[in-house]
Amino acid sequence: MTATTESGRKQPFIYRLPVISHFRTSVGLQRGMLVTGLVLTVVFLLTAAFAPVIAPYGFAQLSDASGTFPAQQPPSAAHIWGTTVGGYDVYSRVLWGAQTAFVVIVVAVVMSIFLGVALGLLSGYFGGWLDRVLVVIADAIYAFPSLLLAIVMSIVINRGQSSFWGGIVACSVSISVVFVPQYFRVIRAETIRLKAEPYVESAKVVGASSIRIMGRHIFKNATRTLPLIFTLNASEAILTLAGLGFLGFGIEPTSAAEWGFDLNKAIADASSGIWWTGVYPGTAIVLTVLGLTLVGESMNDLNDPRLRGRRKSVGKTPAGGPDSTAGAQAALEAESRVL
Amino acid sequence: MTTNIDRPGPVSGPVLDIDHLKVTFATDGGDVYAVRDVSLEVNPGEVVAIVGESGSGKTVTAKTILGLLPETATSQGAVLINGNNIISVSAAKLQQIRGRDVAMVFQEPSTALNPVFTVGWQIAEGIRAHADAVSGKKISAKEAKARAVEALGKVGIPDPETRVNYYPHQFSGGQKQRVVIAAALALNPGLIVADEPTTALDVTVQAEILELLRDLRDIYGTSIVLITHNMGVVADLADRVVVMYQGDVVEEAPSRVLFAQPREEYTKKLLAAVPHLGRNSASEGMTERAHQGGKVLVEAKNLTIEYPGRLGTPAFKAVDGVSFTVSEGEVFGLVGESGSGKTTIGRAIAGLNRTTGGSLKVLGYEMLNFKERTFKPLRKDIGFVFQDPAASFNPQLTIGDCVAEPLIIHGNPTPAEARKRVGELLESVQLPASYADRFPHELSGGQRQRASLARALILNPKLLIADEPTSALDVSVQAVVLELFKEIQREFGFAALFISHDLAVVDILSPWVGVLYKGKMVEQGMGNQVMGNPQHAYTKKLIASLPVPDPDEQARRREAFREVLHS
Repeated sequence: MTATTESGRKQPFIYRLPVISHFRTSVGLQRGMLVTGLVLTVVFLLTAAFAPVIAPYGFAQLSDASGTFPAQQPPSAAHIWGTTVGGYDVYSRVLWGAQTAFVVIVVAVVMSIFLGVALGLLSGYFGGWLDRVLVVIADAIYAFPSLLLAIVMSIVINRGQSSFWGGIVACSVSISVVFVPQYFRVIRAETIRLKAEPYVESAKVVGASSIRIMGRHIFKNATRTLPLIFTLNASEAILTLAGLGFLGFGIEPTSAAEWGFDLNKAIADASSGIWWTGVYPGTAIVLTVLGLTLVGESMNDLNDPRLRGRRKSVGKTPAGGPDSTAGAQAALEAESRVL
Repeated sequence: MTTNIDRPGPVSGPVLDIDHLKVTFATDGGDVYAVRDVSLEVNPGEVVAIVGESGSGKTVTAKTILGLLPETATSQGAVLINGNNIISVSAAKLQQIRGRDVAMVFQEPSTALNPVFTVGWQIAEGIRAHADAVSGKKISAKEAKARAVEALGKVGIPDPETRVNYYPHQFSGGQKQRVVIAAALALNPGLIVADEPTTALDVTVQAEILELLRDLRDIYGTSIVLITHNMGVVADLADRVVVMYQGDVVEEAPSRVLFAQPREEYTKKLLAAVPHLGRNSASEGMTERAHQGGKVLVEAKNLTIEYPGRLGTPAFKAVDGVSFTVSEGEVFGLVGESGSGKTTIGRAIAGLNRTTGGSLKVLGYEMLNFKERTFKPLRKDIGFVFQDPAASFNPQLTIGDCVAEPLIIHGNPTPAEARKRVGELLESVQLPASYADRFPHELSGGQRQRASLARALILNPKLLIADEPTSALDVSVQAVVLELFKEIQREFGFAALFISHDLAVVDILSPWVGVLYKGKMVEQGMGNQVMGNPQHAYTKKLIASLPVPDPDEQARRREAFREVLHS
């Protein structure tokens, strides 16, 4: 609780950034999980950023100077992860796919964060009929299977198929529709809790306007859990995108590379012993999702003093000082909630 | 009996012997000492109080006695109970010792009991966890229940045979604490550790629980380790007192000696800071209500405030037909127990709660027709100090930003002007102006409450509402804040509504006092008259229940008030 903010101000800004501060407070297995997640995520981000440099061919390239690519070719020197039934280079498409996934995550999560946070603040702070209507809508969206909803949105926006940006926007919007209620719920719950905090009441007593209270007092305090939801939702966004692509509602292979679409085309290959078309994009999805989830889950554990592991206090000289017992008291209070 | 070798018969030596105990916690900021070096003994049939302010290590010491410290703690030294060292015994052994040799009474009875089980079941749980002391066999459910009934009878729960099947919510707060004590007593342990057993209770209930604990010692010879910060409770119950400060024992003495002749500087300061009913009264020597010539700022006539009930249940009347006035420059003290409606009245005056009946005029504005838009201009004349200084500041803003907030909302100062005014105000509440750049968590509780006072006063309000401003503070800090409040009130001359549950605190600040009970104003008058010669039965009981920090005087009071308390 306060323990994480206690020493906050004295440290340089960089150490207070979400992931970095988490890394510094972690020990043992938790640090291992966080590091694994971070490595996988960084590899994903680098691949997305440098796909045009690393990939030997374009995502829609079917031929080069030496002629047309052979179809369903096993891994070889020219095509290190082989080629697909359509003659695409699997290695290049997996690399380019990271770029598509990254763009979709950013667009989807940014859209849903802005809308979700704004609606959550308004709904939680004002309550009344606005709150009731928004909660019912959010619940109704929850009741829908999210993939089905995404398919419907995709059809509505782009009739299923489209260009690079058209496809990305369609995917992002369909993903946001599913995510907005999540952000809405979290921010609304936090706002309702913070509304009863004495510092919000003290602002009310002073005569602060609702907009000032929401912007200055509630917003900053309510959004502290967002980095966490962001990472967890990013992995879910990838799964939804892959799911859409797999079902054929994704992006045309000529517009962008997309892992789900490639998996879909690899179904027929699997039974005829052609493993490389499915394994590589599948592994890419698994590792990316695993990386993001590990980061998110570790942050979740590290945010909670009860779940956070600490080094044993043997053989070291304690910090001491007049504040030390008060610090211990705070630590004990945080711990004693477990008992 | 070979099965019970480690359980001695009548104990002759101390029941508890703590020898050079050290406890260290691993935290994010490195290791910190909670307890540095504590040694103490508790003899059979003795009540030893461990007193100290928050952070003194008293609760950590208590938890060590039961082996309840979290994993991050490391303890050194020895805690001997009947020859077993709690720090080094195995988990299985510890489980045997708990409940049988030592038991604990917690601070908050409503969270110490599990709401989904009957109290009888919860008491029997402890009994059945241990083998029978005589036969060494497991105790049957029927037998355990019979013992639970017996334990409930011991702690004075009427009709224990029926009540044993009740759920915790069917008991009042004081009765719940009795049940918790019954559970601790079930196996007749020689020692009970009571961690702030009356802090969560109202003062009239506190008196009953203290009497029960005293009976336990007198009748059953149980030793009690009493952890508390309330010197009145110590004076009422303890035989011997151990004063702790920052993890060390500062002084140890028999109760009478400690209160009469404290040796150490810290103890003297601590005792001097404890408010004592009837001393240092604001109304000393006054016979008439002051400031009656001035304008009336708050006027309540037959004020009623209801909270809507759930579907089908009637509305709850938090305030029921209360009338009073607060005039310019006057400090009005409002006293009452939890649920008496005192906070509701304070919040209604500040426009945080709606009134539902009667009339409440604040600065001439009728709150019955409250509209935020029309009331807003008046808000600059009303300051509000909240109970918990830690929660009443936005953790993301600096103290300077928080204190300047009213100024920015009601005026349009340049940043330099705002800064200057904030600096002035901080200095008048005796904080360095440089504190404006600090964040709330970097200040101590008392400093935060001063900053809170600065924020309330920055617009020079005519009226200040202070809702329990010192109840979250340590007693020495409370004394300083009260003194400051008194000085500033004299200097600024604002009228104040001072709300508190502590009669002694109210008496220090307010010449005119109103006593609330279940939403009704039962008595109103000069502080010295209400405290010295109460008229209403409830006020009498309230004053009789308040323990004074002086063992001899408290013993006399206890005798004198015995009748009032049992009425």
